[in-house]
Amino acid sequence: MELLIPNPGLVFWTSIAFLLLVFLLSKFAWKPILQTLKIREESIEEALKAAELAREEMGDLKADNEKLLVKAREEREQLLRDASKAASMIKEDAKADAEAISKRMMEDAKVGIEAEKQSALAEVRSQVANLSVEIAEKIIRKNLENDKAQKALVDEFLKDKSFN
Amino acid sequence: MASLFEKGRKILKNLAGIVFFIAAPVLIANASSSEESSDKKFSPSEMILHHIQDTHEFHIWGELAMPLPIILWTEHGLDVFMSGGFYHGNGTITTDKGSYILDHEHIYYAGEHGNDGHAAKPLDFSITRNVFSLFLSFALISWVFISIAGKYKKRGTAAPKGMQSFFEPIIIYVRDEIVVPNIGEKKAGKYLPYLLTLFFFIWINNMIGLVPFFPGGSNLSGNIAFTFTLSILTFLIVQFSANKAYWKHIFWMPGVPIPVRFILAPIEFLGTLSKAFALMIRLFANISGGHIVVLSLASMIFIFKSYVVGGVVTPFLLFIMVLELMVAAIQAYVFTLLTSLFIGMAVAEDDHH
Repeated sequence: MELLIPNPGLVFWTSIAFLLLVFLLSKFAWKPILQTLKIREESIEEALKAAELAREEMGDLKADNEKLLVKAREEREQLLRDASKAASMIKEDAKADAEAISKRMMEDAKVGIEAEKQSALAEVRSQVANLSVEIAEKIIRKNLENDKAQKALVDEFLKDKSFN
Repeated sequence: MASLFEKGRKILKNLAGIVFFIAAPVLIANASSSEESSDKKFSPSEMILHHIQDTHEFHIWGELAMPLPIILWTEHGLDVFMSGGFYHGNGTITTDKGSYILDHEHIYYAGEHGNDGHAAKPLDFSITRNVFSLFLSFALISWVFISIAGKYKKRGTAAPKGMQSFFEPIIIYVRDEIVVPNIGEKKAGKYLPYLLTLFFFIWINNMIGLVPFFPGGSNLSGNIAFTFTLSILTFLIVQFSANKAYWKHIFWMPGVPIPVRFILAPIEFLGTLSKAFALMIRLFANISGGHIVVLSLASMIFIFKSYVVGGVVTPFLLFIMVLELMVAAIQAYVFTLLTSLFIGMAVAEDDHH
């Protein structure tokens, strides 16, 4: 039974020690500890939320990138197509130009050649005429070196020319 | 080869340790019995009762004991002296305020003791073994938690380290599993510091009580004065934080016929007291009971003085000690849980009608 009767001295000291401990710890231990824990929990919560947000943003960004990439690809193809078109056009033009030039050159050449030909022919003609004259002269001169020949010729002429 | 040899040596060493561990209590029992057999026979119940109760000196080892200060409020005012004289010489201490005698750890005025068997007693505020233990736990708890708080201040919200990481989960457990569910998120903050202190105060005192050598081994948390104080505080906090709905439920129970309300009122009122009473008895009985079981088992070695009994009892004693470690935490948990529950009932909003 003795065990069940609280000793006033111990009650006194326990009350003092415990209440002092409650006061001390509330002020110097629990307050900073609980505050820090709360702050940490809040910051963890926030960090998690931020991570979620970042993930969503990342997803959006990725989708955007995909879209941009598709667009860029299309643009590139368009550019390539345009470029090849332009290139073929330039080629065609160049080809046509070259053809025209060459044609003109050919024509010019033909004209030139014709002119040359004509002049050469004229030359040849005059030369031939001269030569013929010279040859004829020489021949005549040769043929008519003696009087007999001259007489024969005159006879010939006279023979041909009928005075009728 | 060398490692195998090392291993073998290690096993042998462990084996020797186990043998020593089992034999040691018997050896000590034999040694002390040969010492004591000339004076008096070993009496387990006396030893256990002596241990369970408070003393005015702190027994350390064999004949070695630490005298503790005696503080008395006498008819002539405050009287302070050391307790050594009570245990040596003729057991009477005389100061200029009077002379005193110690009988079964109660201090009486020397002259009046024994005359009619009902001697006058001065008020005893001595630093007894339990008070010494109380101060020790006070120093320990304040050092531990104030230094942890310092770490929190210094390291901010960084991850806990060292002692911080040991206590942090316990603090969070008390907050999130004991206090908040019972009192409610809104009002928990007001009572949390008290309940945290209560939990660690009971737990650490229970643990100090389990340390089998100086300066542990006192039975402070198994002392009725200790549990009485804590349950009275719980009672007072509950009554002073109670709202109108709580009082209405005690004295004028809504929802029952009026005659029944008259019957219920005294029952409910007694209930407020019996809750605190149960808290007091539960902690006292569990912790004292644990001490009694451990000491009874140890006493068996001293009674039988046999290696067989020693070999059987010692592992069992170890098992009980481990169990007591659990009980130490569980009782702190139960006391804190019930206190939170009672506070929660007292501050609950009247919303179920």
